[in-house]
Amino acid sequence: MTKIIEVTGVSKSYGGVIANKDISLSVKKGGITGLIGPNGSGKTTLFNSIVGYHPIDGGSIKFENNEISNMQVQEIARLGMLRTFQQTRIYGEMNCVENMLISLPHRKLTWRERFSSNTKVDYERADHLLEFVGLFEKRFLRSGSLSFGQQKLLEFAMALMNEPTVLLLDEPTAGINPTLINGLIDRLKRANTEFGITLFIIEHNMRVIMNMADTIYCLAHGEMLASGTPDEIQNDQNVVDAYLGAH
Amino acid sequence: MITQKPLFYAGLLALIFVLPFLFPAYGVQLAAMWLMIIVAMTWDMTGGQMGYNSLGNIFFYGTGMYVAALVFIGMSHDIGAYTDASGGGSFQFTDAQYFSGVFFGLIAAGLFCAVSAVVIGMLIFGLRGPYFAIGTLAVAIAAGELVSNWDWVGGGQGIALPIYPGDIDVGKKFFYFLFAGLGVTIFIFLKWLYTTRFGAAINAIRDDEEKAEAMGIHTMWYKLTTWAISAFFVGIAGGLSAFQLIHFEPLESAYQTINLGIFMVVCVLLGGKGTLWGPVIGAIAFHLFKEVTWAYLLGWQWVALGGLIVVTVVYFQDGFLGWVKQQKPEWFGVRVDNGSTENAGTAK
Repeated sequence: MTKIIEVTGVSKSYGGVIANKDISLSVKKGGITGLIGPNGSGKTTLFNSIVGYHPIDGGSIKFENNEISNMQVQEIARLGMLRTFQQTRIYGEMNCVENMLISLPHRKLTWRERFSSNTKVDYERADHLLEFVGLFEKRFLRSGSLSFGQQKLLEFAMALMNEPTVLLLDEPTAGINPTLINGLIDRLKRANTEFGITLFIIEHNMRVIMNMADTIYCLAHGEMLASGTPDEIQNDQNVVDAYLGAH
Repeated sequence: MITQKPLFYAGLLALIFVLPFLFPAYGVQLAAMWLMIIVAMTWDMTGGQMGYNSLGNIFFYGTGMYVAALVFIGMSHDIGAYTDASGGGSFQFTDAQYFSGVFFGLIAAGLFCAVSAVVIGMLIFGLRGPYFAIGTLAVAIAAGELVSNWDWVGGGQGIALPIYPGDIDVGKKFFYFLFAGLGVTIFIFLKWLYTTRFGAAINAIRDDEEKAEAMGIHTMWYKLTTWAISAFFVGIAGGLSAFQLIHFEPLESAYQTINLGIFMVVCVLLGGKGTLWGPVIGAIAFHLFKEVTWAYLLGWQWVALGGLIVVTVVYFQDGFLGWVKQQKPEWFGVRVDNGSTENAGTAK
């Protein structure tokens, strides 16, 4: 499989705090890649660097073999690489369907289409994806009134509406009711297999990530600690130590 | 309800048409009310629908006045000589010159303001929240000061324009219908615009601009376009005011930041931000309030106005329509969870 994201030697510090130090990793096209690590190990910082949220101090980030480390958030999003947020971000005043419709891939709209109303096809797609994440019955409710877990599902559905090639998910199961988690794992896998979306996931829930990912990277103190298949990571003494605090 | 709607709009149009004939003595007042409606609706495009509170839209009003007047004069006479004479001298305009000057003056005012909005927007749309508000206010104040020191455009004295050629009552109706026509056009345009993807995109910018960026929406393009459209209409309204007022000067009538510049914001706050009808209702209510207090509470009118603003901001933060929406959400198509969808989200 080809590499769709290639991170080479990326460093990022905030003032004196080194959040990422010389990080290199790659995400395989069509696969599910996991990123784990204790709190404060620099996972979200790395995500932010990849999607152009802040400039990096050094290194290179390539998306489909093009350097993107100097590009802005919107430009990168328009290449087809989207991210969801750890603290869910939806448009709280709009209902679920409106949230979905505004998430249409704007990069594909012509100037005239921006001044047009949404088509029947758009509505059907929105309904279909809301059904896919299990929010169909709630589709006309104000999205801000949904529970946190449901908002996460909505944000996931919005990301799918945007037809991305790569989706970066920042802790998709955090704050979600355990009974919903199984359903979510299933949906993430289906997004990967049915829609062909490459997934790159930050996750704290080991059961979830070990179940889904084909490759896992583990960060600790801003540095790459280990990488490999779920089996290799589970048996890596450094990883176990990092999580138990021995590192 | 559906059958009643066309009837409602037809009745409204008829009312708009007969108003100046019913109240011939109030022709200027009615035109001023339309001006208030226009600046409120256009302010709400950025302030209410897009979440960018501009205190500088008055810049487009003042600039519209000047551009319209200068184009009008320039089409028939030498501008420098005209402004030197300060309205005196023997500068005659034939009827044809007058009407073509008004027409092209208004078009030029709209276009010039739209282009200025794009240029200024590129510089200050990086500012958010109160910084954007102060930044836009600074532009308006600076423009007023610059223009009042520019002799070629009349300096601090402003510009005097010829009066409407013909019967004075016909002239009043002429301007009433131009203002009303512009107002109705903007209303219909916005009613359509807010149903398109464009409307949804600017709402997204208001609700969470960072999310909108992360979803790949061309936020800067939408912001500039929205402000340019808004400025286009305000510029035309400014130009209309110039021809209606006959004489205007830079600080008190053109770049009147503390009067119309603030009034337009108050209108929208009164009626309800981010709604189609809110600015219209707010502008009418505000105009009536202003006229009544200016007529019967002279000397205390600013106190009354201040009181109105305080009451609105403290007790009716979402304005009249916002308050109604809270009471009757179903009238606005907002659905409230009735408990029947409790299990949504669980795996099937």
